[in-house]
Parts: sequence; C-alpha cells; structure tokens
Amino acid sequence: MSRTQRRRGSSAAALVTIIMLATACGGASVASSTPAPEGEEPAESASAEQITLTVVSLRPGSEPEAFAAFEEQVAQFEEANPDIDVVSEEYEWTGPTFAAQLAGGTLPDVFTIPFTDGKSLIEQGQLADISDQVAALPYADQFNANVLDAGQDADGRIFAVPTAAYGIGLHYNRTLFEQAGLDPDQPPTTWDEVREYAKAIADATGQAGYVQMSQSNTGGWQLTTLSYAHGGRVQEGAGADAVSTIDNPGTRAALGLLREMRWTDNAMGSNFLYDWGTINSDFSAGLIGMYTSGSDVYTALSQEHEIDPDQYGLASLPLEGADAGLLGGGTLAAVNVLADDAVKEAAVRWIDFYYMAKLLDQDAATLDAQTLAENDQPVGTPALPVFDQATYETSLEWIADYINVPLDQMASFTENIFEQPLVPEPSAHTQEAYAILDTIVQAVLTDENADIDALLADADSQVQALLDAD
Amino acid sequence: MTERPAVLGAGASPARAGWRRAASIRGGLPALLFLAPMLIIFGVFSWLPIGQAFVMSVQETNLVTEPTFVGLDNFAQVLGDPLFGTAVRNTAYFALLALVFGYPVPLILAVLMSELRRSRGLLSALAYLPVVIPPVVAVLLWKVFYDPRPNGVFNEILGWIGLGPVPWLQTAGTVMPSLVLEATWAAAGGTVIIYLAALHAVPAELYDAADVDGASIWQKVRHVTIPQLRGVMLITLILQVIGTSQIFLEPFLFTGGGPANATMTVLLLIYKYAFQNSIGGDYGAATALSLMLAAFLAVLSAVYFRATRSWSTT
Repeated sequence: MSRTQRRRGSSAAALVTIIMLATACGGASVASSTPAPEGEEPAESASAEQITLTVVSLRPGSEPEAFAAFEEQVAQFEEANPDIDVVSEEYEWTGPTFAAQLAGGTLPDVFTIPFTDGKSLIEQGQLADISDQVAALPYADQFNANVLDAGQDADGRIFAVPTAAYGIGLHYNRTLFEQAGLDPDQPPTTWDEVREYAKAIADATGQAGYVQMSQSNTGGWQLTTLSYAHGGRVQEGAGADAVSTIDNPGTRAALGLLREMRWTDNAMGSNFLYDWGTINSDFSAGLIGMYTSGSDVYTALSQEHEIDPDQYGLASLPLEGADAGLLGGGTLAAVNVLADDAVKEAAVRWIDFYYMAKLLDQDAATLDAQTLAENDQPVGTPALPVFDQATYETSLEWIADYINVPLDQMASFTENIFEQPLVPEPSAHTQEAYAILDTIVQAVLTDENADIDALLADADSQVQALLDAD
Repeated sequence: MTERPAVLGAGASPARAGWRRAASIRGGLPALLFLAPMLIIFGVFSWLPIGQAFVMSVQETNLVTEPTFVGLDNFAQVLGDPLFGTAVRNTAYFALLALVFGYPVPLILAVLMSELRRSRGLLSALAYLPVVIPPVVAVLLWKVFYDPRPNGVFNEILGWIGLGPVPWLQTAGTVMPSLVLEATWAAAGGTVIIYLAALHAVPAELYDAADVDGASIWQKVRHVTIPQLRGVMLITLILQVIGTSQIFLEPFLFTGGGPANATMTVLLLIYKYAFQNSIGGDYGAATALSLMLAAFLAVLSAVYFRATRSWSTT
C-alpha cells in the first residue's frame, strides 16, 4: 500500500471515528438515565437520636411568603417532635422528575402524587407500604372509603394517604363577564349557556371566551371530564374485563361542543396548546373567559400567578345527561419505597401533622389557617371531604375567621357540589389514555376537518391494546 | 515526512519501516498520560451509558427491583407503534426542510460576508450571537414571538406590511416550518464561521483568473467558490443531517409534540417512552429506539462517505 493510500485510509478512518463519536455523543445524551443499583442507600440517616426527614414543600415559583408560611409550620413540627429534623425541598409532580429522582436515590421521603397515579405506582412497587403506621393514627377508620381507595392496593394495604380531594369546576373571569354584558354572579348552568357566554366574551372583548387544556396529558384529563359531564364514560369494567369506551355519545357531544366553539363561534382564542400551568398563567393575566380545572386551583392562581381576587369566579360544572357525573381527583401523600421503618414512622407523623391534622383537629386547623393568613396565603379554597361532609363543614367553621379567598364569588360551586355525583378517573393506564386523548383534543382544535370518527376509533384501539396487554 | 535509512530493521523496505514505526506508541508514556483524561471522560460519560443502553434495550425495569430480560420484545414493540411511523416521517420532514432552507443560508451568508472585508469581524460576531444564546432561552423567546394572537410579536410585524396573523405553532401546516426557522436562526452562526475560515483558504489567484475570463459573481461562486469548498460542505451536510435527525429541543419546548403529533420526532418519542407517563416509564423501549436511531445514522454516514468519496478532498 503506498504512503498516500495509507494516509488517505487513516484520515478516512479518523473521520469516520469522529462521526461515530459525534453520533455516540448525541445518542448517549438520550440514554443517560442509570438504573438504581440494588440496596441503594436511603437519602436520609436513621440514627437512634435524630432522624432526618426530607419532605416536599411547595411548587417552584411560589411566592416567598408561601415558603415563609411553610417554614413556620416546619418549625412548629420540629418543636413538637425534637427527634425529627425536617429538610424541605421545592417540588412539582412530573414524570421525569419522579423517575430520575427514584433512580438516583434523591427522592424525598414524603412527597405528593395525584390520585391518578396512585394505583399505577403501587402496582409497580414504587411506593412504601405504610399500612401499619397509618393504622396507628386515631382516625384511621374514618376515611371516606372511595377517597382512601386511591392510595390502596387490591388487598387494602395503604401505600399513600389522601390529603385533599377536589371536583372539577368551571373557573371564570368576572371582569370579562362584566365587559361582555353578563352578570358575574350568574355563571352558566348549561353547556349551551357556556357556549353562548363564550361567544359573547369573545365578541365583546377579543379575548378567548372558553379555553381547553390540550397538552401534557391535561387534554385527556379535561376531555374525560367533559365526557363525564355529558353522560359518557371512557372506561368500563376492571382488571381483565376492562374495556375502553372513549367513543360514546358523551365524548361525541363534548367534542361537538368544542368544535362549534372553536370553528363556528371562533370563541376559543388563537392559542390551543395549553397545559395546567400555562392555562392558569393566561387566566390570571385576564386573557381567558372560562376554563375547567380542579376546584382547588385558586391556591395555585394566587400563590404562583398573583391573581386579582376580584376577577375570580368559580361555578359548578354543568352536568347534562342521564349518567352525567363530575370527575373527582385529589392528592395523595406517599413515602419513598426505599425508606426504612424508622423513617416511615417519622414520615407518617409528618403527614399527620402537615396534611391531616388541619382536617380533624380544631387547634391544628386554626393554627394552620392563621399561619397561612398571616403570610397572605389563600385559606379556604373549596375542596371535597377526605373524611365526610360533616367533618369538612366543621373544619370550615373552625377557620371561618381566617378565610381570605372570595368565597361568595364561588357560591355557585360550593352550593351545588354535594349534589353532583362524583365519578373517579379511569383506573387503568390513566396517564397513557390521557396522552392518547390529548391528540384528539389538539386535532379538533387545530384542524377544521378533523375526522372525529377516525380519531375516536383510533384512540379506543390504542387504549384497548394497553388494557389487553395487562 | 522524509524516509529514514534502514536502521530500524534489517533489510526493511521503506514501507515496512514506516509500518513498524507506526505500530509503537509515538511519544510513549507521556502521550498515554495526556490521553488518559479524555479516555476516562469519554469512557464514563459516553461509552458507559451507551453500553448500558444496549443492556437496557433488552430488559424491562421499574428502577427499584431487578430488571427482567425480555429479548427483542422492546424492538418489536417500538416498530409496531403507530407513533413510530409518525415520528420517522416528521423527523424526515424536518431534516428535509432544514436541508432545503437551512443548509444554503450559512453558505450564502459566508460568501456575502467574505466580500465585505472591512466589517467582516463585526458581522461574524453578529452572525454568531444566536449560537451564544442558551438554546432553551432562545426557544422560549421565540415561543413568545410566535404568539398566535394578532398582537403577538411576529404577527404584529407582519401586520405592518399587511400580512394576516399566522397561526405559527397552532396548526399542523405551519408548525414544522416555524421550528425550522428557529433552528436555522440558532445554528447558522457556527457554520458561517466554519465557511468563512474555509473561504479564507481559497487562493485569490483563482478569483483573479476568473475575473480575467470575465466571470460574473454568480459564475465565480459556481465555478470557484463551491468547488473549493466542497470538502467542508460535504462534512457540514452530513453533520447537519445527523444533527437534524436528533432534533428534540424545538419540538419539546415549542409544542410538546403537537398539535396532534405533527411535531413528534424520533428523539421526542424516545423521551416520551422514557418519561411521559409520569410513573417510571418504559426505558426498554426508549433505549431500543435510541439504538435503532444510532445504527441508522451510522449506516447513513458510512454510505454517505462511500458515495461521496470521489468528490471529497480528504
């Protein structure tokens, strides 16, 4: 081989190697998650004297006063429990964060998850069994069975404690109502009225009259809500007999309504890619007339987006149709599966103090409300009972002096909520089904000629494949 | 390199002496020590994760208990996923748009800038500025620009010249070109600098000869500049194809794969497999798809270099 040929050969080899390395670098940056080795050290030490407990505080971006209120409550807990040292960190439930933290061993000992994910996480063995510790609590048998079920496995073992429950509500902007000539104390009570009011707001103010979430699985969540509200159900049966029934008259009615509001009335503005955070942000900025979300969202609107309380209104979701129901959800407090018994016990003590006591004990409720109110944090956002209606209403009476949210602007919701039948979220492959439904919502809102029949059939077959694979 | 006389080996021909010299590590132990940090860093941060990706692609894991071996099931699952076809199509579409509209832009800019001798330094800095802005910041900035309301930044500007508000990211028809526009803006600067350097190396006599022959600017570019640059252009072409095949940031931050999966690309699908379902996720499928993408790009590069051997200058 001549020298020139050799040089050309080695240069080409070097070049190809560089290309391969460039590919490898690009490819490697994707598959960089490492599986957790067996016997990973828990993030905290459990000595006889001091247990360090990592807990979650608030969502990143919350107001400094909110964090101050939280730290005050941490101090109160540490004073009552001198053997526990609480370390808090900001937290927001997202799939990537949870997975990465679990794999890396940095998941806090106590963290919160939505009802939706409770069963799946339990089935995957990613939550700690805290049945024994919870059974030691004085109110262990007073939980509302349906609400507690979200944190239990098939045998009734408890893996997460429900700390809050909510129903979906219709949030509306009172200022935009007034500008459109509508009475802000008379929110819509039927879906036809919702459509009418949305058009009125869009015509009068140029802002979006009604907006729908569509991204990051929230599109599917809200489409399921609308389907329930029109009498449909997206999943029937359970376990081996589970059937995906996304294509039903309720869902079709909901999609038809969205299609009319979007293309015929042009009442949904021009932005159709919204998730939970961005829709809250735009609503707080006064760009949205109405939208549906959890009834507890006022807390986030106030803590993260500084919404003007005067412009906020909450109405109950119109329910139409024989089987119409309200989608209910909530929050669970769970414990890191890698925690040992001492940490689990400390964790349940924290859960009892921070999340549960304010629901059952007058002193705890008053102290919690007072701390929040002094730091200008919202107190009294409407929720649903974790135990029973009487307990819930009693707890509201205890904190009546501190309630600072505009409850009279939420009258339509609070007066009707207990008459509305609650329907839990679909239980199997919920988030995956929501992701598949996201596509339908986005298609209907962005493509005038979207083929609803094909979209629904496709979604059903995809979700059914997931259900059958179990 | 001059040939040494046959002192290294008895009766060695000049060729064989060269081979023997190349066989020993030139520079000995100090060279190895200099190489060690790079080898270690590459090993730990590049090659080890790649090895783990191979392993995870044939496993199923929940990150807590022992993973189970599942053979090629993950690959079958990915190939059978309808979103896989969509992702491949969208990635190809993005790569094609970027090639047709994004590939010539740095070349044109570089040629123009090389003509302006005095302000070349300032223009180079300005051209490179978008590259300096952190990619996430750039995308979020453009997301604000792409506000679909009539008073969004771009729509407002278009309104001054009488063009209607464009939906930008809100419809399947306009979303991919919007992504390509931002991606080109963000990446062109680096390639411009490379082309400028390459242009600097073009002998001036060639242009003088072209002038003597009475060539116009376009003819000079076509017959002098581009042939002289073809080595660099071939490299930037394959690098662009590899880069755009791995596009993730723009679809992820702009639209999350929407609207209705119009911007779901292969890497975004990998991310979705691994993380979207908020409960651990399917790392087997994610790594399987990553490996398939890497293999495809490797084969593509090999074929490319073979096919362009006659045009390359290396």
